[in-house]
Amino acid sequence: MSPQAVVPPVPSRTDPSLLRNFCIIAHIDHGKSTLADRMLQATGVVTPRQMKAQYLDRMDIERERGITIKSQAVRMPWQVEGTDFALNMIDTPGHVDFTYEVSRSLAACEGALLLVDAAQGIEAQTLANLYLALENDLAIIPVLNKIDLPAAQPEKYAEELGNLIGEDPDRVLRVSGKTGEGVEALLDRIVAEVPPPVGQADGPSRAMIFDSVFDTYRGVVTYVRVVDGALKPRERIQMMSTGAEHELLEIGVISPEPKPSQGLGVGEVGYLITGVKDVRQSRVGDTVTAASKGATEELGGYEDPKPMVFSGLFPIDGSDYPALRDALEKLQLNDAALVWEPETSSALGFGFRCGFLGLLHLEITRERLEREFDLALISTAPSVSYDVTLEDNTETVVTNPSEFPEGRIKEIREPMVSATVLAPSEFVGTIMELCQSKRGQMGGMDYLSEDRVELRYRLPLAEIVLDFFDQLKSRTKGYASLDWKADGDQAADLVKVDLLLQGERVDAFSAITHKDKAYSYGVMMAGKLKDLIPRQQFEVPIQAAIGSRIIARENIRAMRKDVLSKCYGGDISRKRKLLEKQKEGKKRMKMVGRVEVPQEAFVAALSSDDSADKKK
Amino acid sequence: MPSLPDGDPAPADGLLPPSVLAGAEDRALSLYVHVPFCSVRCGYCDFNTYTALELGPDVSQEAYHLDAEREVGFAARVLASSGLPRRPLHTVFFGGGTPTRLPAAHLTRILAVAREEFGLDDGAEITTEANPDSVTAQDLQVLADGGFTRVSFGMQSAVPQVLKTLDRTHDPRNVPRAVQWAKDAGLSVSVDLIYGTPGESLADWERSVTEAISYAPDHLSAYSLIVEEGTKMHSQMRRGVVAPIDPDDQAEKYELADDLLARAGFTWYEISNWSRAAQGRTATENRSAHNLAYWHNQDWWGIGPGAHSHVGGVRWWNRKHPMPYTTAVRAGESPAVGRETLDDDTRRFERIMLETRIADGLSIGVLDSQARQQIAPLVAEGLIDGREALGGHVVLTLTGRLLGDAVVRRLVT
Repeated sequence: MSPQAVVPPVPSRTDPSLLRNFCIIAHIDHGKSTLADRMLQATGVVTPRQMKAQYLDRMDIERERGITIKSQAVRMPWQVEGTDFALNMIDTPGHVDFTYEVSRSLAACEGALLLVDAAQGIEAQTLANLYLALENDLAIIPVLNKIDLPAAQPEKYAEELGNLIGEDPDRVLRVSGKTGEGVEALLDRIVAEVPPPVGQADGPSRAMIFDSVFDTYRGVVTYVRVVDGALKPRERIQMMSTGAEHELLEIGVISPEPKPSQGLGVGEVGYLITGVKDVRQSRVGDTVTAASKGATEELGGYEDPKPMVFSGLFPIDGSDYPALRDALEKLQLNDAALVWEPETSSALGFGFRCGFLGLLHLEITRERLEREFDLALISTAPSVSYDVTLEDNTETVVTNPSEFPEGRIKEIREPMVSATVLAPSEFVGTIMELCQSKRGQMGGMDYLSEDRVELRYRLPLAEIVLDFFDQLKSRTKGYASLDWKADGDQAADLVKVDLLLQGERVDAFSAITHKDKAYSYGVMMAGKLKDLIPRQQFEVPIQAAIGSRIIARENIRAMRKDVLSKCYGGDISRKRKLLEKQKEGKKRMKMVGRVEVPQEAFVAALSSDDSADKKK
Repeated sequence: MPSLPDGDPAPADGLLPPSVLAGAEDRALSLYVHVPFCSVRCGYCDFNTYTALELGPDVSQEAYHLDAEREVGFAARVLASSGLPRRPLHTVFFGGGTPTRLPAAHLTRILAVAREEFGLDDGAEITTEANPDSVTAQDLQVLADGGFTRVSFGMQSAVPQVLKTLDRTHDPRNVPRAVQWAKDAGLSVSVDLIYGTPGESLADWERSVTEAISYAPDHLSAYSLIVEEGTKMHSQMRRGVVAPIDPDDQAEKYELADDLLARAGFTWYEISNWSRAAQGRTATENRSAHNLAYWHNQDWWGIGPGAHSHVGGVRWWNRKHPMPYTTAVRAGESPAVGRETLDDDTRRFERIMLETRIADGLSIGVLDSQARQQIAPLVAEGLIDGREALGGHVVLTLTGRLLGDAVVRRLVT
């Protein structure tokens, strides 16, 4: 057994040969955070008393959902055969929405732990990140976690992992984050197998930003991996993508709290503070260099974050509009991928059209707005970005159904994704059926093991953002996992379906759908609205229409009786309170023409049936 | 049963704040006596009533009148100590439950105590509800001799199947007999009907109304069936054993009843109440003065468990179960469990809510300028009477009566 380090290597003066930079690739609930906790304990970075469960996941939402959105890097000392090493564990987001962030985290490492639940086997997102790790030439250490579980099948999944990465199944490590079993052997293995970083110690400094976090007290905290040269406190630095210069107010490492150092040298991982207040000034993937005599060439791989999914966010109480704007501005300080612009809906009033990396990003943003800023919101059905060419060859980009052009359309192109589904082989039929119903084209199919299959499909993103994942989960009893990435676009036969109440279009319910699905969308929404909108004093026709063509209709009959026929033995208070409550309810109604539509109807009509628990 | 409202705690001495004194001389005082006993609990019933089995020790039907009499005495003392002038009772109403579960002599004793403590107005209306099955000619004579002037029979329906769904045990054939006995005893008579019971056809309802009219009462109430949470019928509906309430069906039955009653000489004076000229009195004289006291926000004291009271803008309500109620009145303390003191806005809200229900209507002067802007649209939509509006009153049309709550919501601001 290895002892903890006696004289931990000092940041800025550590020989690169003593450094090991690694990350953990794992599916959401495969125990990455628990294992990370164990490593912090085993290396003495955190005493058992300080141990907070899931130490690395700072935000409440992350802790509740058991997922890590923002990565961080912790420096851990570890001794092997009398030599003290410094291990940098770089935490990576586990979700498909954050593929770009994952790729930057991987680029900061030389090795990756491939962590898989010994009771569940590998999942599609893990597979996707494994591909990314292999593309980055990382050393892969396969690890089965949760071997303490009664349902664990280490033999079976060691075989699966071994086959996947061309490794002897006996070399697959077996650990338990819960009991700590195998953790020290794992640390030894990292030292032995992850290559030390290599860089030009005397060249101009270059460091890659792999994360950027807004802190209320410190401003933006930027996480970097130094590739060449060194960064020193008080020096002026430059962000190479923008040319912006800042002073390095503080530089240091996390262990596990921030500790200022005399700088960071080749291969080292740590944080920078420059006093900027907005993470967009310190973007993930950008290269940091010295302001004078700096590098001339950026490290490769920087991309601007590109929103894929769009949704309108509207405050339920219209007077919350300024508060929503302030809240979005605050979130943007910490989320360079969040984009938004003001939007006005005739039904929902003033709000913002927001762009997100994916559905999880949307949900988390919405949840943070509601929880951290105490806002009650309606979000419109998620939409994607369409390229529309009119017959006069003018082109527009439509991210909001209400902006869908009325003129004659020559072509509409919609974004596509390539999706990978992993599932037990018994579900192949049902998955193929689902993908076909979602306009998917099959790319291929492979057996990972005897009873586990990987299916590859090209699908419209719009189908994925609707309810694909929910349906996939429910049709496979929760066993299937999904990963997808953007894959160009294609022309499609798309139409806009409008919903009309008493002949008035309700913009919030408009949707762009494939022509073949317009009818079922219209019928479904008209039916939903019929159930959700209370009867009025007059009859309310509900219609679904494509342009001027009506494709579905329902009718809300006029209300004939709305009076309490009796008071209970003079219980006037009760009747008054009932009326007061109803009156109060009226204030929360939105008027569509003469029709009073309760807020709840918008919320219910715009949410899919089981939105509570999706995208986990 | 409906839970009691939220309110402020009620003081043990029951004393009322000085605010109740303003205008007291102009308000009539009524008494309501709740008799919380039934032989069985009907499936739809959410009133505060108990069968013998549901009562605790120390509480019995036999001794109930003594406790009621104690609260009558307590009421008179509290009103006097609060500085209110002595006002003879304008009306007294015994409701339940089934007041006629008590011997007629107990009811007349309570009334006698009330007369002693407060005095009675000349021509005071003294009513009791009665079960047409169990009341006898002799009981009715005892009541009339003891000062009662009016009896209200819970007929509900003439159709056995409907009565069965309601868990009513009486034989509908007993109703005309009981009505006749009451008339013979010199009492004025009202019958209560319920419409919209699951399984009741339009023809069933027509039969019930026609039948009730044929007994020639001078007053008739028709209430739509309301199924409250916590009742047996509510759980039957939730389980799908009994069909849910259909407001359209109820609307149709209300309109049918109003038509049949109008043709039989009845005029509506409150959403659920009609009267006609009979027994030497005009239709107006045959209105229930006690009910009108509620709609006109007069003062009344409610005696008994769960009873509600109102005096000059202060409302309070008694403990619901007979046990703690009994304990309080025997200790000489107020049995009230909560009260609220209404501010001016709330009093105006209630006035709009209550007075729009009656045929005499609400004076438009009560409304603020914002609410008055609703008058023209309400007339245009056919919900309030245009001629009455020009005369300064909000009076509901037939359509408006069915949408009375919607009208009120537009008039309160």
